[in-house]
Amino acid sequence: MASRAMNVVRTSATSTANAQVTFHDEVVKLIDVSKCIGCKACQTACLEWNDQVLDIGEFTGSYQVPSDLTPSMFTLMRFNEWENPKTGELEWLIRKDGCMHCADPGCLAACPAPGAIVQYDNGIVDFVAENCIGCGYCVKGCPFNIPRISAEPAKAHKCTLCSDRVAVGEGPACAKACPTEAIVFGTKPDMLKHAAGRLTDLKSRGFDNAGLYNPDGVSGTHVMYVLPHADQPELYSDLPRDPRISPWVRTWKGATKTYTSLAAMAVFVVGAFVHHVGTGANRVSSEDEEKGRRVIEGRD
Amino acid sequence: MTNLWTDIRSADLVIVMGGNAAEAHPCGFKWVTRAKAERGAKLIVVDPRFTRTAAVADYYAPIRPGTDIAFLSGLIKYCIDNGKVQWDYVKPFTNAALIVKEGYGFKDGLFTGYDPAKRTYDRSSWAYEIGPDGYVKVDETLAHPRCVWNLLKEHVAAFTPEMVERICGTPKDKFLHIAAMVGEMSAPNKTMTSMYALGWTQHSYGSQNIRTMAMLQLILGNVGLRGGGVNALRGHSNIQGLTDIGLMSELIPGYLNMPHDNEPDLATYLKTRTFKPLRPNQISYWQNYPKFMVSFLKAMWGDAATKENDYHYDWIPKLDKPMYDMLLAFEMMAHGEMNGYVCQGFNPLLSISNRAKATAGLSKLKFLVVMDPLDTETANFWANHGDFNNVDPTKIQTEVIQLPTTCFAEDEGSLTNSGRWLQWHWAGADPPGQAKGDRWIMAQIHLRMKALYQKEGGKLPEPILNLDWRYKDPGNPTPDELAREMNGSALADVKDPTDKKKVLVPQGKQLPSFAFLRDDGSTACACWIYSGCYPEAGNAMARRDNTDVGDAGLFPKWAFSWPVNRRILYNRASCDLTGKPWDPTRKIIEWNGTMWTGYDVPDMLPTAKPETVMPFIMVPEGVGRLWVAGLMADGPFPSHYEPFESPVANVVAPAVHGNPAARVFAGDLKDMGDAKQYPIVGTSYRLTEHFHFWTKHNRVNAALQPEFFVELSEQLAKAKGIANGSWVRVWSKRGSIKAVACVTKRIKPMTIDGKTVHMVGVPLHWGFMGVARKGFGPNSLTPVVGDANTNTPEFKAFLLDIEPSTPPSV
Repeated sequence: MASRAMNVVRTSATSTANAQVTFHDEVVKLIDVSKCIGCKACQTACLEWNDQVLDIGEFTGSYQVPSDLTPSMFTLMRFNEWENPKTGELEWLIRKDGCMHCADPGCLAACPAPGAIVQYDNGIVDFVAENCIGCGYCVKGCPFNIPRISAEPAKAHKCTLCSDRVAVGEGPACAKACPTEAIVFGTKPDMLKHAAGRLTDLKSRGFDNAGLYNPDGVSGTHVMYVLPHADQPELYSDLPRDPRISPWVRTWKGATKTYTSLAAMAVFVVGAFVHHVGTGANRVSSEDEEKGRRVIEGRD
Repeated sequence: MTNLWTDIRSADLVIVMGGNAAEAHPCGFKWVTRAKAERGAKLIVVDPRFTRTAAVADYYAPIRPGTDIAFLSGLIKYCIDNGKVQWDYVKPFTNAALIVKEGYGFKDGLFTGYDPAKRTYDRSSWAYEIGPDGYVKVDETLAHPRCVWNLLKEHVAAFTPEMVERICGTPKDKFLHIAAMVGEMSAPNKTMTSMYALGWTQHSYGSQNIRTMAMLQLILGNVGLRGGGVNALRGHSNIQGLTDIGLMSELIPGYLNMPHDNEPDLATYLKTRTFKPLRPNQISYWQNYPKFMVSFLKAMWGDAATKENDYHYDWIPKLDKPMYDMLLAFEMMAHGEMNGYVCQGFNPLLSISNRAKATAGLSKLKFLVVMDPLDTETANFWANHGDFNNVDPTKIQTEVIQLPTTCFAEDEGSLTNSGRWLQWHWAGADPPGQAKGDRWIMAQIHLRMKALYQKEGGKLPEPILNLDWRYKDPGNPTPDELAREMNGSALADVKDPTDKKKVLVPQGKQLPSFAFLRDDGSTACACWIYSGCYPEAGNAMARRDNTDVGDAGLFPKWAFSWPVNRRILYNRASCDLTGKPWDPTRKIIEWNGTMWTGYDVPDMLPTAKPETVMPFIMVPEGVGRLWVAGLMADGPFPSHYEPFESPVANVVAPAVHGNPAARVFAGDLKDMGDAKQYPIVGTSYRLTEHFHFWTKHNRVNAALQPEFFVELSEQLAKAKGIANGSWVRVWSKRGSIKAVACVTKRIKPMTIDGKTVHMVGVPLHWGFMGVARKGFGPNSLTPVVGDANTNTPEFKAFLLDIEPSTPPSV
């Protein structure tokens, strides 16, 4: 792909956060689960490109290592052993988890820190660390449970879709490293066409319910899956059947559109600022504060 | 590989058996996903475990470790019984019609000529019937009771689907499903590729596992074709190069044999290796053996090697045993018969069967030299690491000398991949610290030994004093110089044998290929099969033109493929008897009426007429061998034996349990466990997150698969009270280890001959050095016995037991 300037079309906690946007030259990372061998080359490439260091952990009873996404592991192969009741055969369902780069990103809608989350006109949703206050609202806003908050400094982390590589015409590191071409990257029309070809192949092999995972609830995603069992996405380590942004984020999003909410917005911005200078807790509302804390502590 | 990685994309059916390509060869596995996505190819996986390869397979069937010959014999029988034989291929291109001498036989698990005391065969009865014309007799009607085809039918007759289920534990319906898929590949325009690795080689009958598949592929007419063949997935980026260059005790470069001590002169040595054709008009290319051998001797000793002194054949060491493999080396160490060991790029403390024996052997050495880029377990075998290496350093007197070397990325040279491609690479970084290249180290040892011999004399100093060592910097020969030497050059003008006035290669020039080698001392060539890799035009291994000529997937302008840049071996067989491709859409070469032309270098003399010269030019018969005369130590046909440690009796030949021709040392035989004490089958394997014992030194790999574990079924876990993620102890007759349990649906109990058999899988990548958590390897458990032909250890099938346990002490 050619290198091209990426323009910001949405910015968290600003007037553009909830604006209707028009994408240009949308990109898609297509993950074909049926070609994935779970080799973790994508995880390796992700760690190396992003200069992240993982602790040497323990074996906890699964090939899934680490056992969950972490602030330094932005993508994770999730493994599920499933006995197909129709065929009686075992299927080892392996899904590369990570940010879906939703067209309508819940993280961005939920984020109270101006400029901490941006969306580019090609669809990539990116976190901007210097603006992030580490409040964890993005976790609550994400219907896929993707962002992770680091402890010191408290910042949100997730897959950037290698926005730094894409900006200069390269595909994401994971796609480049994938040995079986299970991860491919390109323009949205090209990827939809590629996916259609894959579905024809899968259906010819008896996967009648093969389909493309590109959920409407978030207005589609810029990371899509080819799933052999698209009728049961939850088989793939709890991929949500119908992901939607949670209602409290929606309420907030609706409120900011109104005149009367400007005051609330002002409080929010002040709160964000106060947080930023180091008081630690959020000053948005006690209810939201509690929600944020629960998210950070992993109780939700 | 008979074929090449990129060719796998041309297959209609891929069978992965005896390997786990997705796990151990993820990059090469790309070509399987291409075949599936672009050709609609199907993938079959037959494996004791549901592997990462099985995760993307169209069809998976389980098999008990070590029973592949029974399964494959069952497939051969199925093809014969159900008309799934490509007769237009089998009749002309295999030895089906050749007649075997009277006196050959097979009964109750033994071939004729067995000597139980020596555990070896007298192979003289394993021969063809020779006619008055000096050639093998043939019955093209296949009616003769001793023609190979009828002997084969008889040999596999026992392997019905029921028998396969009884021995292998593969449910009959699954076996038949696979047999039907495989049988379809007997159509002339369909090909199956076989991808195997150590799952076949690491058995006491490993070579015969592979032969059985080769026979099946011949019956299906799949050898020599695009998308076909028998393809070894080598476990290291240059392990093909290692075998090619002959880094084994019984080989010299280019698969020439190390002489034996009953072959005192060159003529005697060559007599048994210069095979004359066994059928009229056949090429029998090994007739050129003298050219390869004399050119090798010239490469070794240059001007000192002359016709008069037999090219100093006398300076080549002579074997007094079939081979000095690593099992024998450690046996000798254990008995104090080997006092020094130079260990170059090898970690035997974790690689050789029965680690206790390895530790005992290393402890008896006077010195151990370890050349390695990493700080290996072998170099630290004397250090106490708690349960992970429980030795007493005060009791070990071995002097260990570590010579840190460069790793591949810090040096220039060529790597030979599984598909026989010699690919040149360039240094990407400077070596750290005091690390030196292996060439520098070896050259320094040579020069210093030479100086000592010059000063002090000694026994037989001549081979070292006269070694041809004309490098620009004798202390550090360059990869370029060595590559040119392997290619070979003309020491005198090489003339056309039919026109002595015509000079084909002038003196001093690089040879274009091994076709120009001579047995008169006028050529030198260090590795005949590599000739052509560095001709006068320059380094062919460094070529980087990835043009896909004819869209055939052969990439003939990329690097260099031995032999003579041929990409698919036996490619003459991709055409029918008249020289037309079996499948025109997958042409490799064809006969154009006067010569062979196409996208690959023909595996045939360019002008050899298709109906007279048969495709298998390396063998004296000219045809593929369904039955092989004297070559294999353990029989002309593969036959089913049990692993040395197995949970059941050999149901087809109860009196013969393990491979009768496998060498076993007395002490090791006593160390074999039986199923009463050790009721569970153990097997070993690799994981994709790691490469052997290297990547536990790398933080990213170590983090992504941090800790040693063993895998077992939910049923066995329940029976033993083992929880997923808990500590277990696993032990065999030879050792005991601790691991974290991985309880999985991917392993299931099997029913073998009416009995429930459980299995525990033991992956390989952990030790006590590096940044990953300390752990053990399968070699603490495995028995010391190897393949009857190669002595590759039986790592894939052994016996053990398991119980809940506590963490090891560090």
